[in-house]
Amino acid sequence: MPEQLAFTIEVFLNGLMAGVLYALVALGFVLIYKASGIFNFAQGVMALFAAMTLYGIMNGQVPFAHLINAIFGTEIHYFGWEVPALAAILLTVVVMVLLAWMVQRFIFRHLVGQEPIILFMATIGLAYFLEGVGDLMWGSDIKTLEVGLPQGINETIDEVTFGWFGYGFFIDNLDIVASIVAIVLVAALVAFSQYTKQGRAMRAVADDHQAALSVGVSLNFIWILVWSLAGFVALVAGIMWGAKSGVQFSLSLIALKALPVLMLGGFTSIPGAIIGGLIIGVGEKLFEFLIGQPYLGGATENWFAYMLALIFLVFRPQGLFGEKIIERV
Amino acid sequence: MFYREAGDFSTTYPQDSQTFPIRFDRWRYYAVLFVAIFVIPFMINDYWVNSIFMPFLIYAIAAIGLNILVGYCGQVSLGTGGFMAVGAYACYKLMTAFPEVSMFIHVLLAGGITAMVGVLFGLPSLRIKGFYLAVATLAAQFFLVWMFNKVSWFYNYSASGQINAPERDTFGILITGPNTEAWATYLFCLIFTIFSAVVARNLTRGSVGRQWMAIRDMDIAAEIIGVNPLRAKLTAFAVSSFFVGISGALFFAVYLGAVEVGEAFGITKSFLVLFMIIIGGLGSIFGSFAGAAFLVLLPVLLKIIGVDWLGWPTDIVAHLNLVIVGGLIVVFLIAEPHGLAQLWRVAKEKLRLWPFPH
Repeated sequence: MPEQLAFTIEVFLNGLMAGVLYALVALGFVLIYKASGIFNFAQGVMALFAAMTLYGIMNGQVPFAHLINAIFGTEIHYFGWEVPALAAILLTVVVMVLLAWMVQRFIFRHLVGQEPIILFMATIGLAYFLEGVGDLMWGSDIKTLEVGLPQGINETIDEVTFGWFGYGFFIDNLDIVASIVAIVLVAALVAFSQYTKQGRAMRAVADDHQAALSVGVSLNFIWILVWSLAGFVALVAGIMWGAKSGVQFSLSLIALKALPVLMLGGFTSIPGAIIGGLIIGVGEKLFEFLIGQPYLGGATENWFAYMLALIFLVFRPQGLFGEKIIERV
Repeated sequence: MFYREAGDFSTTYPQDSQTFPIRFDRWRYYAVLFVAIFVIPFMINDYWVNSIFMPFLIYAIAAIGLNILVGYCGQVSLGTGGFMAVGAYACYKLMTAFPEVSMFIHVLLAGGITAMVGVLFGLPSLRIKGFYLAVATLAAQFFLVWMFNKVSWFYNYSASGQINAPERDTFGILITGPNTEAWATYLFCLIFTIFSAVVARNLTRGSVGRQWMAIRDMDIAAEIIGVNPLRAKLTAFAVSSFFVGISGALFFAVYLGAVEVGEAFGITKSFLVLFMIIIGGLGSIFGSFAGAAFLVLLPVLLKIIGVDWLGWPTDIVAHLNLVIVGGLIVVFLIAEPHGLAQLWRVAKEKLRLWPFPH
């Protein structure tokens, strides 16, 4: 049945694109986890915060306008200017770097040497804090991010596949752009960590904190750098998801989807994050299409990724590409 | 001066191993119980019960349950909301299937069913630990919520997909439904809270609790000295889910009355209960109460101050609430990783030496 086959291939391709976006969020986790051993739960909220900030800067929103109006009884909402997308993105990067510095200075500097699970819980606290601040700063209404990315069905693919199968595939232009951006970003990150001085220092810190300290690497600087990079990745993920489904709270839940991606790929591996993301993206779309919709009543995408990771972990606890876990008493 | 063990002699073994060895503590405990059972029910109205006492009591049960798993056994779980949903739906099915049976039995049975589901989802904990387990419990959270949404048998094929608590009584007193008295629902929840606290306290003092703590502190070492990790972890999951299930049943049947599963038992509920035990103190029964009280009272207080006094819009206050809760978690983890319970312990140590600290 060529019709069914064509459908399946289309679902497969769409899953691949969704997987790339999951991988993009997962990448931020891996960066921080590798360099500092912190499992950053706030990555998704960082993406949300970045997207909100970008939107706010582009449209000239006054930060904390709602709060200021409530306290002083004023009626201010907008500065009255609009910032071009590129400049706004640069400004948002500055904000994210500032955020990285503050996170390092006010939270994690005080938690050095604590158990990993304490650090994890601190990032949950950070996630709530950031979510509240983001809502106070820019308002919690749903925003549509317009940074000039192409959207809608890709005509060329539609026509070509129509010629092959007699059925045109629906592939969103945005997904294609997102995939390209993700690939470029990963390549850039790998190049950065392999060929630059800071990248090498970052890997040294990831390998052994104390040894890195003893050869003169500044832990503080590296951690700020890593959080900034994670902030940057969050911004990219925020732009992509924001353009796809609007800037709203559910954006931060996508970060939860990145967790099973990480567990499949292994927490410490960048290629693992990519491949894990692709497996989850394709897996959940195919499962929904072949089994979920016809037999289970749909919406299986909510839990499929977690179940897959759960079953997978029982057989291989360190993930596909993770380092072997060796425990000693 | 008055808070000390001097002069308080134990002459029998039961006396020596009682929960509150210091006389002052013991009397304080009796006094709190007395006030809770005999004074508060006569003074409260619907507002107090619905906005403060009932959420506090129900969340305290959930926090005790989660604390057994996370604080005592060291298995981080983000599936609390899902397990509460199991308790709620089990209670609903029992209530509609056996209308004449007392609510006490329904709630306890709901806890039992949740315990079984908890053991099922606890099985992977034998292979995976730490963050990995935390994420694995998310599978329970999302899968259970999805299941209660999709399988219409669970909500008796009602058109809205909601479950509504029918009117049920115990010993002739209405407990659920719209026509209940404030004191009745309060006492009903209170009984379960006291029951949970006493059972949890005594379990954690005994051999089971020590096995849990051994697993928490280092599972491999515990295994070497003869603790069976299968038994310890699965009992922790079972007992924890039992309490969480009870709290879910009460939350649905007595407190809310009508529940839409994704809204009432979503992932945010899991985090809320987790925050309670972090702020209250991991590995402490008192901490579960303190954390529950704190996070129930904070939004109420903020609402009174922000909305009623200052006249701010409610959404600002809700966002401020997020900021404060998140900030407090970080502050607590930095300043006092053992939570409010540790502050309480330090205060008691100080009190023992007071007023002559040298």
